[in-house]
Amino acid sequence: MGLDAIEEKIKYGEPIDIKDAKEILSSFDLIKIGKIARSVKYKKSDKKVYFVFNKHINYTNLCVSKCKFCAFYRNGEEDDAYTMEIDDIIEEIAKMPKGIREVHIVGGLHPNKPFSYYVDMVSSIKKHFKDINVKAFTAVEIDYFSKLEGLSYEETLKTLKDAGLDSMPGGGAEVFSERVRKKLYPNKIPYEKWAEVHKIAHSLKIPTNATLLFGHIETDDEIIDHLFKLRKIQEETPGFLCFIPLSFHPSNTPLEKTIEKVDAVKELKVLALSRIILDNFPHIKAYWVMLSPKIGQIGLHFGADDIDGTIGQERVTHAAGAKSPLGLAKDNMVGMIKNAGFIPVERDALYNEIRVY
Amino acid sequence: MIELYKKIENGERLTKDEGVKLLKEGDFLKLGELANLIRFRKHPNKTVTFILDTNINYTNVCYVGCSFCAFYRNKDDKDAYTLTIEELKEKIEEAEKNGVETALIQGGLNTELPYSYYLDMVKELSKSSVHVHAFSPPEIDLMSKISKKSIKEVLIDLKNAGLTTIPGGGAEILSERVRKRISPKKIDTARWLEIMEEAHNLGIKTTATMMFGHIETDEDIIEHLCNVRKLQDRTNGFRAFIAWDFKKENNELGKRVDRVTSGIDYLKIVAISRIMLDNFDNIQASWASQGKDVGEVALHFGANDMGSMLIEENVMRQAGFRAESTVEEISNIIRKSGFEPALRTTDYKIVKYL
Repeated sequence: MGLDAIEEKIKYGEPIDIKDAKEILSSFDLIKIGKIARSVKYKKSDKKVYFVFNKHINYTNLCVSKCKFCAFYRNGEEDDAYTMEIDDIIEEIAKMPKGIREVHIVGGLHPNKPFSYYVDMVSSIKKHFKDINVKAFTAVEIDYFSKLEGLSYEETLKTLKDAGLDSMPGGGAEVFSERVRKKLYPNKIPYEKWAEVHKIAHSLKIPTNATLLFGHIETDDEIIDHLFKLRKIQEETPGFLCFIPLSFHPSNTPLEKTIEKVDAVKELKVLALSRIILDNFPHIKAYWVMLSPKIGQIGLHFGADDIDGTIGQERVTHAAGAKSPLGLAKDNMVGMIKNAGFIPVERDALYNEIRVY
Repeated sequence: MIELYKKIENGERLTKDEGVKLLKEGDFLKLGELANLIRFRKHPNKTVTFILDTNINYTNVCYVGCSFCAFYRNKDDKDAYTLTIEELKEKIEEAEKNGVETALIQGGLNTELPYSYYLDMVKELSKSSVHVHAFSPPEIDLMSKISKKSIKEVLIDLKNAGLTTIPGGGAEILSERVRKRISPKKIDTARWLEIMEEAHNLGIKTTATMMFGHIETDEDIIEHLCNVRKLQDRTNGFRAFIAWDFKKENNELGKRVDRVTSGIDYLKIVAISRIMLDNFDNIQASWASQGKDVGEVALHFGANDMGSMLIEENVMRQAGFRAESTVEEISNIIRKSGFEPALRTTDYKIVKYL
């Protein structure tokens, strides 16, 4: 079946299968793939492209997981090892200009902070900034917290929700392949646990995101399997707001000598494929930090309807040599979206529209 | 718009007004699709060529002082330089050792250099195995002034000295409205085209370039494309078309321009060039213009060539832009994009498939 037949299927709202997905990833016709993905995007969000005025906080770079693809983690003795206290975090957020809608919080798995640190973090931010959506902690962190106190996932998530947790990011998913996990991140939770945390979060009405980290040792089949798994979770327990494909940045990681950064055409294809497969996800993000602002902007024509946010001080990807700026001004976001031919819409963390530009 | 798209699909030529409409309102992916269609009609296989070349800038002394240029110096400036023929020979020998195919030789408009300097340069450098691709139209114009010879006579002298191709620089935007504002002392549109026409008539092949992303309008861009298309109809002497976006560091014009050329702007220009320039065989995607990522994507927007390796590049470097690559890296980008890399000559003949 060629791309034309796949296009036909999608036009009539039929889901595509694994064979179609393989066809898309291995196809030469980049433009056609973009057109198919964009037609799905148009059905979901028409000409709108969302962005959020947000702030990333990476509260510590100490991490017991020590994943092979990570350039961010430290063991503790290094000069640049750091952990932010709650006051530091409040201060960082207070420095942001007015109008910030979301804090995106992820960190390493800290060797000895108690669960109360994380609960306090959430409640203190909520206390100081009641209008800011606290989007915090990947499934990997939730799993780790639950072990600290011997709590179930549900108890852990409920405690955090009661403290003010609004939503969760989609990190730590990497690639849901046991083969890859054993090689690159054996200490990280497997697919089943990642899925369980997100399903419970969804059942507690905590919306979450999902990610895929690609461009290292994974195969196309593993990318496709990952996407179909996410589609199934969303079918069973809806609650994902957005999917974000993340391209792997090898610099400063043990993989830097063996792996080249994934190329732009592959990035655009994976973005498009995710829009096509994940037809039950409201939004797909072209995350400019990972893709670079230029390819992120082009990605808006390959199915993405979100370009993330202003961010300010992203640390994890930049530790791995990302050349994108640390943050982008709001005017830049609006300009980038308009220049691509779309309508910029400032959103809050839950995709409520704040302002159409 | 649909009628316009149909017209392109049918291989019909677009008028200037239609070109402007396409640039203003054309859908980004549709432009890519149409440009690709034309590209594969002209080049049915997936080969993407590039050339192993070096840039030699024999002087940075230049009296015209274009507002977009960060390279030029006055003759008394501390870092002003002019290379002797001996120094140029050393450079070409080094290039020869590195297996370089072509040397793109250009320089500032230095009124103190004698006519013989240029002729000697071509004569001496042509002795090497490196192809000499030298002197854009503003330099040819200067030679005609200092020698008090006609353009045709100058070109014949250069040809007799060994010159067979000349680069397409100095075109910037071939619209008088723009040239008067950014490079008032440089030769005008008519003169640029006249020099190219004389060269083509003498069997000297050239390229055409365009520098966009500053004060020009969509209309100016299309006017530029129509100007080179019209001349190509008469002479068929342009080998390729190359668009560059303006780099704004360290130059006067940069302070006056707020806009930044996006990847999308660049890809649209590549596609529009392919669509408008129906009589050009080769459209370059410059990986150095917008970075390797956008360069890779541009191969799907109608380009069939990745330009050059730029072993030594001085002009853009002065404007805060550095790009370096290797044959392996460029071949890799081409392969990853789904195409097949090949090294070529200045004349667009394949040297070898990689």
